[in-house]
Parts: sequence; C-alpha cells; structure tokens
Amino acid sequence: MTEPDIRAARRRLVLDGLGIVASALGFGFVYGVAAGAAGFSFVEASAMSVIVFGGAAQFAAVGYVAGGFSWLGIVLLTAFLNARHLLYSAALAPWLADRPRAERAVMAHLLTDEAFALSITHFRRVGRVDAWGYWFAAIGTTFIPWNLATIGGVLVGGALPDPSQFGLDVVFPAAMAGLVVGLATGRREIVAAIVGAVLGVTVSLVWDPAVGIIAGGLIGPLVALAIPGPPAVAEVPIPAGGEGPP
Amino acid sequence: MTDLVPLAILMGLATYPSRAIPLLVAGFGRLPPAALAYLRLVGPAVLAALAAVYTMVTLTTTPDGARTASFHVGFEWIAVLVCLALVAWRKSLLLGIVAAVVLVAGARQLGIA
Repeated sequence: MTEPDIRAARRRLVLDGLGIVASALGFGFVYGVAAGAAGFSFVEASAMSVIVFGGAAQFAAVGYVAGGFSWLGIVLLTAFLNARHLLYSAALAPWLADRPRAERAVMAHLLTDEAFALSITHFRRVGRVDAWGYWFAAIGTTFIPWNLATIGGVLVGGALPDPSQFGLDVVFPAAMAGLVVGLATGRREIVAAIVGAVLGVTVSLVWDPAVGIIAGGLIGPLVALAIPGPPAVAEVPIPAGGEGPP
Repeated sequence: MTDLVPLAILMGLATYPSRAIPLLVAGFGRLPPAALAYLRLVGPAVLAALAAVYTMVTLTTTPDGARTASFHVGFEWIAVLVCLALVAWRKSLLLGIVAAVVLVAGARQLGIA
C-alpha cells in the first residue's frame, strides 16, 4: 500500500472515529450522571473511567456500590463482564506482535470494544499494522471523550432531566451495530455477526448478558467457519513495513 | 471523597489480564492460519452480540443483587437498524449514530417509545 493509500485509510479512520467520539461522549456522560446520582465523587467517578475504562463494568459498579454490595463481588463481576476483551486481545495479537512489549502493555489498558473495532478495521484496510491508527482509536476517539464526558456528567448531570429522554442510551448499540458494517466484508463475517447476535440475546435471556456476549463472540465464528470462505493465507497479517496482500 | 478509588484500582487489576495476556504472552502473535481465520470473525460476532443485547435485552438488578434479563421490544430496534442502513449506504458512522439518537429522542418526545 502506498503512502497516499495509507493517508486515505487514516482519513476514513478519522471519519469513523467521529461517530465513536459521539458514542463515547454520550455514553460517558450517562455514566457520569449515574455515578453522580449514586453518590460517587468527581474523583471516584473519574478514577473508574481512567483505571477501569470499561463502560459495562463501570455501570454495573455504580449500581452495586449504590446497593451496598461487597467489593469482592464487584471485582469478580468486573472480571466477568470484561472477559470479552480476551477475544479482542487475541484477535489483535498477530497484528501487534512486532510492536515493543512495553507499548503493547499500554495498548492493552486502552483496549475497548471501540478501539478494537476501529483499529482492526483500519489494519485490514491498510494491510498491515499502523500504530498511529491504534492510538487514535484508543485515545483520541474513546479514552479522552469518555473521561471528559464522565467529568461533565458528574458535574452537571444533577441539573439535567433523565438523559434517556435524549436517546443517549441508544448511542452504544447503534455504534456497535455500525462498526459491524465495517468488519462484515464477506459471507463468513456476516454469518458470524448474525449468529453472534442471535446467540448473544438467547444466552442473555436464559443466563446473563455478559455470558451471552461472550457466547456469541466465541460460537458465532465457529459456525461461520463452516461457510466456504477465502483462503486462510489472505487472512494472515503481515509485519509493519511489509507489502499488503495482492 | 476518594473512598472508591481503591475499588477502581481493584477493578482495573481484574480487567487488565483479559486485555493484556494475549497481547503480551509469546505465541499469540504467531498463530496458525486456522486460528487467525477464527479470530478474524470474532470482531463481527462480539460487536453484533453487543449491539443486539444492548438493544433487545433489559437488565434489572434486584435489591439482593440478582440480575434478571428480559426481552425488550421497542423503537430502539428501528433506530439501530436505521443506523446500520445509513452506515452501509453513506459509509458514515457518525451520521448513523446521530440518526438513531434523533429517532429515539423524537419518539420518546412523542410518547411512542
């Protein structure tokens, strides 16, 4: 891929990233409002957003802290809710294998649903790893907006009516659905998405949403692999600086 | 107050291994083609599951901490589908999200969602 092609791919990443910025701002604001209403101080709510940096776990923690549950239970639930990151990390590992270990350690802390989806779509578009793309996706579109919105939600949330009136609760699922479009580049990806969604909802209803999301993410790809697809060699990422597949 | 900062640190410690182990442990970076083919499909599957669960499942927590999930049918379905269609058509995630939010907010103002 030529330098102009990479610049074009980065422009596309930035455009997609604008949607994620909107998502992180909306979702982070709602989290800040919820945390403030549950009695979290500005420092406590921000510490969660900086250190945990995981929306679902943070929302669950707000409810559980307000309910007076044990810290052990909250920490175990957090590990459970965030277990899906293992799948993201495994999917990104082949791309990032040549990056320095210390850099990967920092990248890991910033790995979210959004950072994963944006960066892996970008890597596939470019045909190799582009660290700038990862940092932009992780920090520029997610970490900074999420944390700013958390602060805003805590500070001004109490003065506002219910945020759901403004439709902010639909921001996250809409963003996730929109990100699927960028990754659904073939029959297998579409089948994986459909099976993942159906299984996710079904298992959520009979067990728990956190289990449903992991089940959908694990089993959806297995079902999709039964569908004829392109040769596996085309799916192997190449090292940074190398040429993309023909 | 900073009473919950240690809890945030513990939650961060509970989250970090799942984010970091595959990225930091040798071997994950050099997987066979079959594993790479599988992992390539993880993204669409997990993200679609997230979108579907957050749209179609309502989670309530009882006072004793039990989590109960129930099926939700609502205007949010239409909003997410409109977002999907707009992203596919106009290649703009921002446009899709804004449209979804406007639809849901409008429907709630009109009392139909």
